[in-house]
Amino acid sequence: MSDPAATAAADLRGEARALGLTDSEYDLICDKLGRTPNGLELAVFSLMWSEHCAYKHSKRLLGRLPTEGPHLLMGPGENAGAVDVGDGLAIAFKVESHNHPSAVEPFQGAATGVGGIMRDIFAVGARPIAVLDSLRFGELDSARSRYLLDGAVAGIGHYGNSIGVPTVGGEVYFEGPYEQNCLVNAMCLGIAPKERLIRSAAAGLGNHLVLMGARTGRDGIGGASVLASAELGDDDADKRPTVQIGDPFEEKKVMEACLELLDRELLASLQDLGAAGLSSSSSEMASKGEVGLDIDVSKVPLREEDMEPFEIMVSESQERMLAVVEPEQLAAVEKVCERWEVRCTVIGEVTDTRRMRIFDGDEQVGDMPVEALVDDCPLYDLEPEEPAEQIYPAPKRTLDELIATTGDDRASAADDPAAILLALLASSNLASRRPLFEQYDALVQSRTVRRPEAADAAVLQLVHDTGGSTAIAISIDGNGRRVACDPYWGTVEAVLECASNLACVGAEPLGLTNCLNFGNPEKPHVAWQLSRSVEGMADALNQLGVPVVGGNVSLYNQSGDGPIYPTPVVGMVGSIPDAKRTAGIGFAEEGHVVAMCGTPQPSLAGSALAKLRGEPLPTSLAPVDIAAVKRAQDAVRDAVRAGDLASAHDMAEGGVLVAIAESCLAGGIGATLDFFGGDDATYAELEPYLFGEAVGGFIVSGPRDAIDRLAERVPTDVFGSVGGDRLELPVGDRRLSVSLDELRMAHSALAGAFS
Amino acid sequence: MKFGVVRFPGSCDEVDAVLACEQQGEAEILWHGDRDLKGADVVVVPGGFSYGDYLRVGAIAQFSPVMDAVAEFARAGGPVLGICNGFQVLCEAGLLPGALLPNVELRFVCRQVDVEVANADTPFTRQCAEGDVLSIPVKHTTGRYYAPETTLAEIEERGQVVLRYAEDYNPNGSANGIAGVCNAERNVMGLMPHPEHAVDPLTGSADGACLFASLAAHAAEPAAA
Repeated sequence: MSDPAATAAADLRGEARALGLTDSEYDLICDKLGRTPNGLELAVFSLMWSEHCAYKHSKRLLGRLPTEGPHLLMGPGENAGAVDVGDGLAIAFKVESHNHPSAVEPFQGAATGVGGIMRDIFAVGARPIAVLDSLRFGELDSARSRYLLDGAVAGIGHYGNSIGVPTVGGEVYFEGPYEQNCLVNAMCLGIAPKERLIRSAAAGLGNHLVLMGARTGRDGIGGASVLASAELGDDDADKRPTVQIGDPFEEKKVMEACLELLDRELLASLQDLGAAGLSSSSSEMASKGEVGLDIDVSKVPLREEDMEPFEIMVSESQERMLAVVEPEQLAAVEKVCERWEVRCTVIGEVTDTRRMRIFDGDEQVGDMPVEALVDDCPLYDLEPEEPAEQIYPAPKRTLDELIATTGDDRASAADDPAAILLALLASSNLASRRPLFEQYDALVQSRTVRRPEAADAAVLQLVHDTGGSTAIAISIDGNGRRVACDPYWGTVEAVLECASNLACVGAEPLGLTNCLNFGNPEKPHVAWQLSRSVEGMADALNQLGVPVVGGNVSLYNQSGDGPIYPTPVVGMVGSIPDAKRTAGIGFAEEGHVVAMCGTPQPSLAGSALAKLRGEPLPTSLAPVDIAAVKRAQDAVRDAVRAGDLASAHDMAEGGVLVAIAESCLAGGIGATLDFFGGDDATYAELEPYLFGEAVGGFIVSGPRDAIDRLAERVPTDVFGSVGGDRLELPVGDRRLSVSLDELRMAHSALAGAFS
Repeated sequence: MKFGVVRFPGSCDEVDAVLACEQQGEAEILWHGDRDLKGADVVVVPGGFSYGDYLRVGAIAQFSPVMDAVAEFARAGGPVLGICNGFQVLCEAGLLPGALLPNVELRFVCRQVDVEVANADTPFTRQCAEGDVLSIPVKHTTGRYYAPETTLAEIEERGQVVLRYAEDYNPNGSANGIAGVCNAERNVMGLMPHPEHAVDPLTGSADGACLFASLAAHAAEPAAA
């Protein structure tokens, strides 16, 4: 047996820099080892100490987020967090980014993003029951954006559809700053009996370390450091070999095998292999269990011959899981894996050394203290500085073009409310997402009560899990342009909108997962965006009483053109007592009254209409009365749960008229409104009310007495009634009148994006 | 009566199929590696991606032990229902005429569609009436029904077209709008829409339940079918 110290080169400082480590980090590694690292050790350290694995620029900031709540079962630090949904059941969930791989190769990048987040979910013992996605691309007039959109949507569908997990919701925005650096965030939820949730801590001296699933190849080598922790540049095509290739059939078998092994209590612990492959999964298991691990890389089944030990340790080949198994259970584990035709190989054992010792057969090729790998990466304070002016350019004016394409022949259309409404509905950020979500199986597993676009949040019934009436709701939100206008209030809005979406289907939020997509945190203005955004998230969550259960940070999202819009994406899970009492957004019945519940303060600053007009982004948004928004959410939720409301829809992008038009379209019925009856106001005076944006407003419909009951709790303004096949209202001295067909035609503008 | 629902390693909708069957009778999973049909009166080959389907969809499944037993069961007159991937598998196995090709749009499509009952005189539709319109979802990439002209004419002539997409609802470019066909003996049927996802009004529609109810009725008195 040789000594890794003997194979250590005199100095690998140059290599360390190429792998993304600073000189002082390299010196610290030498200090922790008591010698210089050899090549394998350096490769492992460079990954474990990358931003992606160590969160070295964000960890201190994340400590500000609330992580305690009455329904919390498992918080940050595990593969996924989990909340208690009653009846002895847990829902595990998490959102994660796969941005840089998707920018390089959208189909495989997005597909393996879905595969990775699913492994996180079944790694805690939960069966994946739903996927949601949050996507950001450049404007659709760019061929590159259309290529990325097409590939990413197909990739998400390919993986989720093939594995039998429904994709039940999501969101997508098109904005210039994502042109070079798209965002692909995927969220997965899983269900498990509470007692089956399993943690990833390795335990039990002498227990086997078992690698399950796909063979290990050269795909994804260095992905964590090279792709996830550096800015994208012109040579991205050269990085294509580092993007992993997904195999959903293999994952399906691995998933079924793992869930059966957990059902039969054959595993001591379980962890998925994600970024940094075997290196991070094994050292994190050892760290949590306060043990050591001996790994023999010569035992790892390979896809290619002659792989170097370091390549085996850092490969990001997909569809692999690592388990700790007691020796007496090994035969039973092998039998289950054989039935599912899943490879399963003992590659090491649990020791008491607190060291990661890597062997290649008899030869020891690496020896590193677990603590140094997992806990000793230096953490950096951000150096935030508010920029003197808005750093993002004004978007291109597209309003006239949109008015032309929606076929409007009205005179002076640019200040005609009907023409503007149709232009907004046809704009890329507001048009129907049907051409995207029809590429996803939303139905498998028989839980989907509310499909995409039918309601503000996806609703999944649990009757086949519990025999009872309960359901859960899920929403995912994050408007980067609003956060670019004001990182603090923009993030508050994202959290509140997510909770409002849940309220509209009658759900009470139980927990939140987040993915913080930002630019380079070493730049002061990005550090400022990140800090203010996390502060806003913390303040909103504290007032709502919702904890963070886990999440992901994706930094260095920028290109030569600058950083992306700061994009905190939040996913919330809520509970519903009765799956039969959840409102959709669609107006339902002739004669129902239409009302606005809540007291939003709409403003055109930073609105969708301001974007279409090419107006520069403001540098602040109006503050929000979070407590008032919460009161409105509580009232709407209770009214939905009581079965009082025929529809509930939160007012968001595009403002109140867009929300009402969406309710008309979803219900296939018109509405006549009278809320701007006064004929002495000019259109310019009324425009902020029609198209301005704010959180905290809800468009509800139902029988008159039900709306009156709602009005007793929170300010509720009745302003119209459901019926007919047109949306009609007076606007000052004019009358806005558009048919459902016109609305539908405008709203289906994205159909062309996939032809 | 008892339904047997096949499970390949890549099946996705087998649990949904079991839930739909259990509304009408007993249901049990049939493992792909076993030949034992466990005394099932009706066999359902469910949706999914049988063995990954990286090769032509359904091409490998016909060689599995369970499909050997299902083919034998079908030749003896036992009722077999193939849904989506199951339809593809039954065509590949030669138990049904024609083939499924990639959708005209070349994309996966998940959509609620209307289908019309074209023949109510089969074990699968005996509780429906000809002309009934059922709202059932489709979700597939490879669902465009194809058969040579002479075969198409033959199956139309013999009443083997069981379900047809209603006007404007053909989601994939299927020939003659065919959504479901049966064999000449009418004991094997395949369809692209997913009736097992249409058995509960809360999840969108209960129109698909009539297929499972028909099979249960058929199993109770096979001679009447």
